[in-house]
Amino acid sequence: MPEKSTKIAILTPDELETPPLSLTQLAWRRFKRHRPAMIGLVVLSLLVIYALGGSIFLSEKFANFNDTSQRLLTPTIDHPFGTDSIGRDVLARTIYGGQISLLIGLTAVVVETILGILVGALAGFYGGIVDNILMRITEAMLNIPEIFLLIVMAKYFGGKIPELDLFGRTFSGSVVVIVLIIGLTSWMYLARIVRAQFLSLKENEFVLAARATGTPNIDIIFRHILPNSVAPIVVSATLGVANAILAEAYISFLGLGVQPPTATWGNMLDGANNYLESAPWLWFFPGLLILLTVLSINFLGDGLRDALDPRSRTV
Amino acid sequence: MVNLLEVKDLRTLFHTPEGTVYAVNGISFHIDEGETLAVVGESGCGKSVSMLSILQLITIPPGEIAGGSALYRGQDLITKTEKEMEEIRGQEIAMIFQDPMTSLNPVLTIGRQITESLRTHKQMDQHAAEKRAIELLDMVGISDPEHRLGDYPHQFSGGMRQRVMIAMALACGPSLLIADEPTTALDVTIQAQIVELVTRIRNQVHMAVIWITHDLGVVAGIADRVLVMYAGYIVETAKVADLYENPRHPYTGALLEALPRVDRRRDRRLKSIPGAPPSLLMEPLGCPFANRCEYVIERCKDSNPPLTPVDKDDHSIACWVDVRTGIPR
Repeated sequence: MPEKSTKIAILTPDELETPPLSLTQLAWRRFKRHRPAMIGLVVLSLLVIYALGGSIFLSEKFANFNDTSQRLLTPTIDHPFGTDSIGRDVLARTIYGGQISLLIGLTAVVVETILGILVGALAGFYGGIVDNILMRITEAMLNIPEIFLLIVMAKYFGGKIPELDLFGRTFSGSVVVIVLIIGLTSWMYLARIVRAQFLSLKENEFVLAARATGTPNIDIIFRHILPNSVAPIVVSATLGVANAILAEAYISFLGLGVQPPTATWGNMLDGANNYLESAPWLWFFPGLLILLTVLSINFLGDGLRDALDPRSRTV
Repeated sequence: MVNLLEVKDLRTLFHTPEGTVYAVNGISFHIDEGETLAVVGESGCGKSVSMLSILQLITIPPGEIAGGSALYRGQDLITKTEKEMEEIRGQEIAMIFQDPMTSLNPVLTIGRQITESLRTHKQMDQHAAEKRAIELLDMVGISDPEHRLGDYPHQFSGGMRQRVMIAMALACGPSLLIADEPTTALDVTIQAQIVELVTRIRNQVHMAVIWITHDLGVVAGIADRVLVMYAGYIVETAKVADLYENPRHPYTGALLEALPRVDRRRDRRLKSIPGAPPSLLMEPLGCPFANRCEYVIERCKDSNPPLTPVDKDDHSIACWVDVRTGIPR
């Protein structure tokens, strides 16, 4: 092929030399090779577009509008996903419910990550009595079944916070409660991961070198050691989003979560269990969306784990 | 001249499951402004631990500084709090380490690692700190410093990383640089460059240097004075020329005998020191070198000789015997 050879010949040395790839670029390269993770990323993006873009076409008022004469309609052109037991449009509710579910997933993980990093970092870095106290608390929390904690806390705190307005929308105060509850009951695994990271990283010579230049402990923890343990934290946080969405679905299914009329995928299932056979569209669509979200986030986390692992040499 | 640092009777212990390790057993020495002091001795003789103790960098527990003082410009470093030490470290006394491959944080750019201490200690803004970092990198011989600030440690070779480490250590203009075997992990030509670099900078900024090494060749090239350590004790201290010409402690003599030299006949075998250093798990009753020493006398077995001056010129040894005659002094 003569064309190809001329193409190579005209390359200047500058063009031939590839600039060094940053760590992020290398990770992105490895991530792109991970097929399930790429599928997960695409599906998740579509779900986000569905939940956010959908609100352009259908108003929240429509999602919460109930007309009992229109109850339990099978999917038609007017109501592509059918209507629920009090005549609300399921399609519109999955859109607004999706926003809340994703929001809860993300913010609960923020709470979880902050708590997990704080507890894990302090325990791992200081060791000794600090480590002992923090880890015993962590273990105590782990010993209580999570669903039990969720139910008790949801029952105790639920309904105590008034409604609030954010982004021009009215949220049931229970959204905030649920976010805090999920965050407060799920930081333990992350704390253990971070602690293990800190225990091994703090023995590194660069930590000694940082101390020898007079770096305060707080900077050593957050500016030197923490950036080195970003990979497992990112992976764990990603998977945490899936777990938070599932946790929200559990408690909402039990009627203790986000209170109607605010929709979430979880509380849409709550009403559906009485109509398992007579109106399958009630549980099928929110259930499918939860399934797709959790599955794609798990694939994504899996890909991130491989991509961010410094020992994986495949480029 | 003024004593910059005066260490008196420093003792460091480590409490391990096997028992207490007596790592540093009451060492005393001093260093003047602008002076270069070499600390030599074999692995595990307490060179690094004594310097880390001075900066309170040993991990407590299991470590414990059991006694002594380290007066830096008249202030005792041993009794300072962690907060006060953060002000000393980097600004007054800086330290560089053996392995440049692991002493730099792999996920931070070197620019950030150099500017960090400038920003915490000197309250410089990002722009001024970066300017200073470029000057420092230029001073330690890194070419194209403006563009290398954004590079990560893995983009540098071993010798270059040690230069970066030196730049970091020098950032706040310390009066004393403690170099803990900075050339051990490098190959010989790079070693020579680093030695030359530190010597040049020391002369430029009039900084005192404590150079820890087990390479007596490097010592001769850089030091004014030498401390010889053995099993947590200082056994001899002298001006560098004096030490090489006229070693007065049997251990120093044996070390120099074990050194290959270009001006000796090549068919002569190098002498080794028989035996091994004593376990540090108990305080030795007599002289720690007694069971390997060719001049050993009865007194050595039950009484540890203190470091006492011999002759003039700051020459001190810890030995009961005069090695030139073989009779007790």
